[in-house]
Amino acid sequence: MGELSAVSAYLSTSAVLLGLTLMCGALIGSAWALFPADRDRRIVHIDDLLPQTQCGQCGHPGCRPYAEAIADGQPINRCPPGGQATIDALAELLGVESLALDPEHGTENSEISVAYIREDECIGCTKCIQACPVDAIVGAAKLMHTVIVDQCTGCDLCVEPCPVDCIDMLPAPINGGRGLASSALLAKSSILAHRNAGQAQRELP
Amino acid sequence: MSRIWETPGGIHPPANKRQSLSLPIDYPELPERLVVPLDQHGGRPCRACVEVGQQVLKGELIGVVDGPLGAAVHAPSSGTVTAIEPRPAGHLSGRPARCIEIAIDGLERWTSRQRVADYCQMSAPQLVDRIAQSGIAGLGGGGFPTATKLTTSGHPPIATLIVNATECEPYVTADESLMRERADEIIQGIDILAHIHGNRARMVIGIEQSKPEALAALRTACAKSAVEIVEIPRKYPSGGERQLIYALTGKQLPSGEIPANIGVLCINVATVYAIKRAVIDGEPLISRVVTVTGGACATQRNYQALIGTPIKHLLRHSGVNNNRLNQLIMGGSISGFKLPSDEVPVVKTSYCILAPDIDEFAPAPPERACIRCGRCAEVCPASLLPQQLLWHAKAANHQQLEEHNLFDCIECGACSYVCPSHIPLVDYYRAGKVHLDAARQVKSNAAQARQRFEFHQLRLARLEREQSLRRAARRSAAVPSNAPRAPVARLSSADIIADAQNRAASKQPTVEQTLDKLQRNISMLQNRLELAEQRLVAASDDTLNKQNSLRAAVEGARQKLQRAEQRLTEQAHG
Repeated sequence: MGELSAVSAYLSTSAVLLGLTLMCGALIGSAWALFPADRDRRIVHIDDLLPQTQCGQCGHPGCRPYAEAIADGQPINRCPPGGQATIDALAELLGVESLALDPEHGTENSEISVAYIREDECIGCTKCIQACPVDAIVGAAKLMHTVIVDQCTGCDLCVEPCPVDCIDMLPAPINGGRGLASSALLAKSSILAHRNAGQAQRELP
Repeated sequence: MSRIWETPGGIHPPANKRQSLSLPIDYPELPERLVVPLDQHGGRPCRACVEVGQQVLKGELIGVVDGPLGAAVHAPSSGTVTAIEPRPAGHLSGRPARCIEIAIDGLERWTSRQRVADYCQMSAPQLVDRIAQSGIAGLGGGGFPTATKLTTSGHPPIATLIVNATECEPYVTADESLMRERADEIIQGIDILAHIHGNRARMVIGIEQSKPEALAALRTACAKSAVEIVEIPRKYPSGGERQLIYALTGKQLPSGEIPANIGVLCINVATVYAIKRAVIDGEPLISRVVTVTGGACATQRNYQALIGTPIKHLLRHSGVNNNRLNQLIMGGSISGFKLPSDEVPVVKTSYCILAPDIDEFAPAPPERACIRCGRCAEVCPASLLPQQLLWHAKAANHQQLEEHNLFDCIECGACSYVCPSHIPLVDYYRAGKVHLDAARQVKSNAAQARQRFEFHQLRLARLEREQSLRRAARRSAAVPSNAPRAPVARLSSADIIADAQNRAASKQPTVEQTLDKLQRNISMLQNRLELAEQRLVAASDDTLNKQNSLRAAVEGARQKLQRAEQRLTEQAHG
């Protein structure tokens, strides 16, 4: 008899705990729906981690739309320009397991590139201007177009619409532009600063 | 005696300064060619304002400031410009920089120098402008454009003017020899700076106790002046800007701020000398004192070298034994950097060229693991946590690096010097700074791209909205295609004719309109007549045939005019 009551007490306790767990889960789950401001804040945080290339390789028309999709539960591994670093950062932010980059959406490319228009060949069709998501191409109909290198995110979107194939994706310039981060500054770190122990430790005659 | 505040950290490496102080400052013979970099200062490189083949005079402007921050570049001697191209430069990054090469004619012909007898007659902005035009940049190694530093606006008035004469780095004696030999001119320079700041500031020369001759020379020179000389104990790096300001004033410069924000101006003693030469003698900055020292040199001494003198030339002058040469270092033994070649020129910031003997600097032993002894933290003059910084730099943890104030590191190398595990800590910090800078750059680029993308989207949405509005307006203006039409009655031909006549009648012009039209017609015909008559007069010596046809044209025009006038009178009366 005593055993039976112990078992039923155990069962009822677990049932209560289970109920509590489910309730909490449901509460947390519905929190987003209940507090839309939270969702917006979440989107901003997610958007902050995305590289802002606006390339659309994730299947969304820009980084912000993808951030919204992630906030609504889409996978976090669809951003090739951001690469693994971005996926890891997103996983940390959202408290989920990190994934490998989804190869369906492209491969990671460590080199930063920007678009260049071979200006002699440009016929002035304005198609690339319309394709550029960050308005980094200037020009007018039947006049030569050119890319503002400092503003180009290297998204590739202008290459395909060009009817005369006069746009090249080239490595970003070292000086200025988005390539600033690269080799020129890193060269600094290679300088010799270290002549310590054993070096001229003694006073020379 | 002024109070001195004790700075944290610091080391006491062997000074090794005596070697280069036994001889006075020497003027080396002119090299054949000078290579003057356009980037010797903080800010953007200068823009060359001479062309290849052009003759230049000593002191002539050859590079103009291109951007908000910079220091002009002048020809250090007279000669011909032979090239303007990238050359290896004695720069921290080791990258080639654009240089102007001048083949010297050896005549040392000066451009016109404007000497100023009494600078007290000049206003502060005039003096600052003169300093700017002389291309003076911090000669202590920083290379910050001095005129920008001296600008008096945008910060509280300068209460303390500090002249940095510490020269704490081993081997370097350029400033010391300058003070020994040209103390009077240095004091004049300080007086100019005091005048710029309204003679209100306290003027202090901060100098290490280990320079008795220089101290004596300065004391004699400023006997009658208000300049204060404060001796500070020998310690590396007592000459760091923050360290010296704290030692002399007890004020700590907050992270990321400039000394002017706390009412302090800190200027290197060689820069002060250059200011005197610029203001009083009208000489732009075209030469500087450079220490050439190290065991591989036969004579170790200081040279008054022209900017752009190839280091090779100075080394040859010092009798460097290339077989005994270990490496070439620009700067002192602790914070200097290795030079890629001896072709690089002397620039405004080169205070020392160190050519050590093979035995002088043993190669650094291999790096070992950190044993957490904490000696690096004890010697750090900026009171940072070098160990923590090392971990975070190795892990590329940008957030932590920033939180541990990596950018307050002055890269003095004291931590590397004392590390028993021979860890090149400063190298890690430099790399960390580069990565942090890069990360910041990426972040700001992304923010910019986001803004541009959002604006792009906004613009597209606006266009879409406007277009749909226009469409809607057009649709409502047009008769909808499915609206019931008025029944079309069958008309007889007579009705159609009557309709047409009605329409034509409704189109009949009013009397006013007709009159108007006739008036216009008449004035046009008058013009035509005049033109025809003129042509006839002009063609008086032409062939008869042509004259006849012109005469006919005049007649025709006259008739048309008459007819038009007639019609007008009829209309008016009818």
